[in-house]
Amino acid sequence: MDQIWGNLGLLVEFPVVNLKIIIDGLMIGALFALAAYGLALVWGVMNVKNLAQGDFVITGGYVAWWLTGKGLPSLLGVPIAFGVLWVVGWVIYKLVIRRVIGRDLFTSLLATFGVAIMMAQILNLLFGSDTQSIKLPYDTLYFGELVDVPIAKLIGVCMAAVLATGVIVFMKKSRMGQAIRATAQNPRAARVMGIDTDKVYGFTFSLNAAICGAAGAIIVMVWLIQPFYGITYSIRSFVIVTAAGLGNLPGVIAAGLGIGVFEQYGAHIFGIGYQQAIAVLLLLLVLLVRLAQQRRNRQVLK
Amino acid sequence: MNKTLLYAVLLIVTVVAPFMFPTFGTQLATLWLMVVVALTWDLTGGQMGYNSLGNIFFYGTGMYVAAVVTISLVYSVSDYTNAAGGGTFQFTWAQYLTGLALGSIAAGLFCAACAVIIGYITFGLRGPYFAIGTLGVAIAAGELVSNWDWVGGGQGIALPVYPGDLDQGKTVFYFLFAGLGVGLFIFLKWLYGTRFGLALNAIRDDEDKADGMGLHTMRYKLTAWAIAAFFVGIAGAISAFQLIHFEPLETAYQTINLGIFMVVCVLLGGKGTLWGPVVGAIMFHVFKEVTWNYFLGWQWVALGALIVITVVYFQDGIMGWLMRVRPEWFGVSVDRSGKAEAAE
Repeated sequence: MDQIWGNLGLLVEFPVVNLKIIIDGLMIGALFALAAYGLALVWGVMNVKNLAQGDFVITGGYVAWWLTGKGLPSLLGVPIAFGVLWVVGWVIYKLVIRRVIGRDLFTSLLATFGVAIMMAQILNLLFGSDTQSIKLPYDTLYFGELVDVPIAKLIGVCMAAVLATGVIVFMKKSRMGQAIRATAQNPRAARVMGIDTDKVYGFTFSLNAAICGAAGAIIVMVWLIQPFYGITYSIRSFVIVTAAGLGNLPGVIAAGLGIGVFEQYGAHIFGIGYQQAIAVLLLLLVLLVRLAQQRRNRQVLK
Repeated sequence: MNKTLLYAVLLIVTVVAPFMFPTFGTQLATLWLMVVVALTWDLTGGQMGYNSLGNIFFYGTGMYVAAVVTISLVYSVSDYTNAAGGGTFQFTWAQYLTGLALGSIAAGLFCAACAVIIGYITFGLRGPYFAIGTLGVAIAAGELVSNWDWVGGGQGIALPVYPGDLDQGKTVFYFLFAGLGVGLFIFLKWLYGTRFGLALNAIRDDEDKADGMGLHTMRYKLTAWAIAAFFVGIAGAISAFQLIHFEPLETAYQTINLGIFMVVCVLLGGKGTLWGPVVGAIMFHVFKEVTWNYFLGWQWVALGALIVITVVYFQDGIMGWLMRVRPEWFGVSVDRSGKAEAAE
């Protein structure tokens, strides 16, 4: 208890510490938002709740880490992870996801949970259960005495922004993006209009996996990865999407940045051991707030 | 007549099994544990349509409640956990047995109370939100307990060893689990035949209509979950005594192990049937042990694959499949003559 009060006192005494926590939180939150955007895409278009989301992120991270170990420049890992995870996503779509679209929602949840267990264990067998990260050879910028921003993190955030912008423009302008949005609105009408919805679903799921993979390749440069960290990323994605709602892109970005800052504050105040618990408790909090909103209209969260 | 014979044979097998296969004593006890958690999961998941991924919360909580009760009867809990197995803490026969009995009952009651409180909050969530929300409860509980030093933190906590002969202890724990399983089975068989069972099925089929017909759906849901939590809590307490030492994340709140296994058992055997969870638990346990022995290292991948295949391709389960191909076994008479004439 004393330690918690001490940490809180530190925040009041040195307001600069707040700035550092907020900057860190926004940087991490941008990556959370990326993975959550992929989940919102799959959830909105094919009504599949993907619990393997976090494991796509971790797999992307391991792809980049492995390539760096082979001597490739680290930044190249991001596009390669994007490509590799595209293929992984497509294979998983063909084998599993295609058969759970349109079934009840618990089916998709449990099937993707099975996929998540398999992916985490395969990564564990291939790379071992140690935490890994890539050290980039860049300096750290100092603002004042307490605020430091590693350039690697800035590069990571910029890459995330470029990726997000690319995906948004693609969804708005390209023919495939239009087809995806049409299928999300009304799959039957889309089929009548000559859109191959199976292809659209496969494309959407692969795109989601690829976005997650790229996000993971960035995360491994600024943070740590480990085969079993995936479930926390999945839960964070669920928190963000549940809080923001489907098809609400500004909401997803805002919620992603918000959860990043919130987690950094929580880790600072309660200690790093509570970081996972905070992410999960935030999910419960968001669900309860949504529930209270619905109860006012005598509805339930379906 | 046939059914009575079947039940008699099964009961005899249950009693004789640990003496016939003494080397598999612990395995058989675990098998009964799987049966218990699968049956309780099916009570809410299969019969009531609320797919919880967080029933493991009651298992872990039951373990901790039993441990705290047993220790606090004799010693101070903080002294005990601070010593971390270093100090000398002796338990006599009487103290051990009182701990086992009181601890199990306290675990069951505490978990039932937890189910009512958590259920009151989470039963407003439907479908996948309920599953995710309960999963969140279980994960959060594990993380919080592993930071709670009073109960040993991430190191976990150790209970006294069975004071008698250890082989005899294995048999005792087998019969505790088997007794719990048989009792639960009989209780559920009775329960599903009552108005209460029908109300649960009505909630599964259309909750809003059931509400409109005047059922107090919330009361039924809370009662059902509390029953499930009661039995899982007791199972957790017995496990705690059987395992002796346990720690929060991998053993007590083992979300991705037992927490997901119980769901797969039910889906494999057949959701919403009385025998499904039993058959599923036996098959799953056998599959798990075989893969553990022959695919060492890849066993988890095999289990993940089993989950995916069961969920995607075989969701009716064994009982659902049997009902489709042999409806007459379930007292449903099918008139096949019309079909035969049409074929001619």
